[in-house]
Amino acid sequence: MTGLATSTAHSTPRMSATYRKRHRRGVALFALFAFPNLALIGVFAYWPVLENLYLSLTRWDFIGPAPLFVGLENYAQLFTSATFVDVLRITLIWVVVVVGVSLVLGIALASLFSMKLPGTTLVTGIVFAPHVIAGAAIAAVWLFIFDPNYGLARVLFNAVGLSSPSWITDAKWALPALLIVSIWKGVGFVSIVYLAGMQGMPSDVLEAARLDGANRWQLFRRIILPLLSPTTFFLVITQTIGAFQAFDVIAVMTGGGPASATTTLSWFIYDQAFNRSNVGYSAAAGTVMFVLLMAITILQFRFVERKVHY
Amino acid sequence: MSAPTTTTSPPRRADVAAPSGGVVKRRGRGRRLGKLSRTWWGLLLLVAAALAFIIPLYMLVTTAFKTNAEIYAWPMRFFPSEFTWSNLRTAWEVAPFDAFIKNSVLVTLIGSVAKVILAVFTAYAFAFLPFPGKKGLFLVMLGALMVPGHVTLLVNYITIGNLGLINTYAGLILPGVASAFGTFLLRQHFMSLPGEVFEAAELDGAGHFRTLRSLVVPMSVPAIATVALVAVIDEWNSFVWPLIITNSVNMRTLPIGLMYLKANDGVTAWGVLMSGTLIVVLPMLLVFLFAQRYIVTGLTGAAAGGGR
Repeated sequence: MTGLATSTAHSTPRMSATYRKRHRRGVALFALFAFPNLALIGVFAYWPVLENLYLSLTRWDFIGPAPLFVGLENYAQLFTSATFVDVLRITLIWVVVVVGVSLVLGIALASLFSMKLPGTTLVTGIVFAPHVIAGAAIAAVWLFIFDPNYGLARVLFNAVGLSSPSWITDAKWALPALLIVSIWKGVGFVSIVYLAGMQGMPSDVLEAARLDGANRWQLFRRIILPLLSPTTFFLVITQTIGAFQAFDVIAVMTGGGPASATTTLSWFIYDQAFNRSNVGYSAAAGTVMFVLLMAITILQFRFVERKVHY
Repeated sequence: MSAPTTTTSPPRRADVAAPSGGVVKRRGRGRRLGKLSRTWWGLLLLVAAALAFIIPLYMLVTTAFKTNAEIYAWPMRFFPSEFTWSNLRTAWEVAPFDAFIKNSVLVTLIGSVAKVILAVFTAYAFAFLPFPGKKGLFLVMLGALMVPGHVTLLVNYITIGNLGLINTYAGLILPGVASAFGTFLLRQHFMSLPGEVFEAAELDGAGHFRTLRSLVVPMSVPAIATVALVAVIDEWNSFVWPLIITNSVNMRTLPIGLMYLKANDGVTAWGVLMSGTLIVVLPMLLVFLFAQRYIVTGLTGAAAGGGR
């Protein structure tokens, strides 16, 4: 059988000639089919990383004839400026709070959904919906909600006998406002991913624990949470990468202000380049973001190979 | 947490607050009651969760059609008594919403169609066509998923500028049509199609174009729909790229258009801003309503690749 197959495929010179011809045509067709997309990926995903690295070593304002090479000057300036240290601090708060709260609320919602109560399907849809809405639109709605005079926030604050702060214009309240919006937008997505993780869990393990007399909290803490650790890990990584690049909510609601109270790394990169024309400085900040996110991505690969569980 | 009270005494109103209590050793009646109260607490939480997401959207819709008298009234008129189109009309006067809508629709349609076509052809090539170093090339393509989009903005702006495409549709669309995630998803799907079908097609003398058009694509409609829907949502909601690559009011897309309705100082006309926002939100909510399943699987998968 196999002998026959090989002889028809390769041994006769006529066949191998047609085979080679077809192979050549296949290769040409591959180029025709795949190269436009691959070229775009090269130009708009890979080239920017290299060119950004080069630009970070130059000074330029978009207008001058060419970027002027200045070595590591931009980096030196970044890490000695109090502003940039503050930017990193705000970014850290942003990422930790958004990711942390989204995950805790998300797993709580997923547990609720997994009770399979009537109406659950509808509610999962409602909770997920903000994920498909433009961040700019969500920001506009919450801008209204946070209006200290006519917004919904005032209703809540008045209910407990307080007056609503001027969320957006008060340096103390602007960041919390943005955090609330960002979490509101993302938590539904997190809960759906967790729910999928819970539904994929081996039911015999849960049943065995239940028969052994574990109560619901023990079941959650000792069985469900460890079994969900790959899901948690996936979410921590993807949500962190997303939180680092959060932009539209910040742009519409505060524009990095008041003063620089909500200037995260992503706003800083945009602001330096497109409002201040500090191309090299922005590129250096961009490289900092690239290195941070690469480190996180590599962490992901190292851990996924080991299959986290406990 | 294994509160001994719940195991000995029948559950009263007081211990429903700890619904996690020992369900294990209760007698039949108590167990049923415990389960019932848990159901009620669950339903209550479910309603609370739903409200937390519905109320902001309710504010959006009602405010868009409220009169100013009712928007700027306190205590808040939660249930409006009058209906008006004047906010929407004002939005059109303040900013060229015709142009915003046209731009958004064009960019979304052309961008998504181009992205899907590129993804289908590339996926077919990687699944069925020979090429030296194909595996390595595939990995290189996947590597693009790891490049954070925000870091590419500056250089892509310069590239589009060098091409002379700033403030054009081509400039708006071009960087977004490269597809790595969609290609990956479709390639995985194509590989799972039954091989006998292709052998039969090959014996019939069908070329690759015909196999692609009359076999592979019809057999992959759900996967292609998923890729298309994710692309549509990404394009429609896209914010930072249209913001930097357009510079005249008439080339702006809808999400950027909202910025023109926001007061730079002083009080924003909330009714006007909400009516504009509704135009941004409504199409995607409708798409979501009709294609929820594809969208959820697509977006949860796309999260791995930052939407590229």
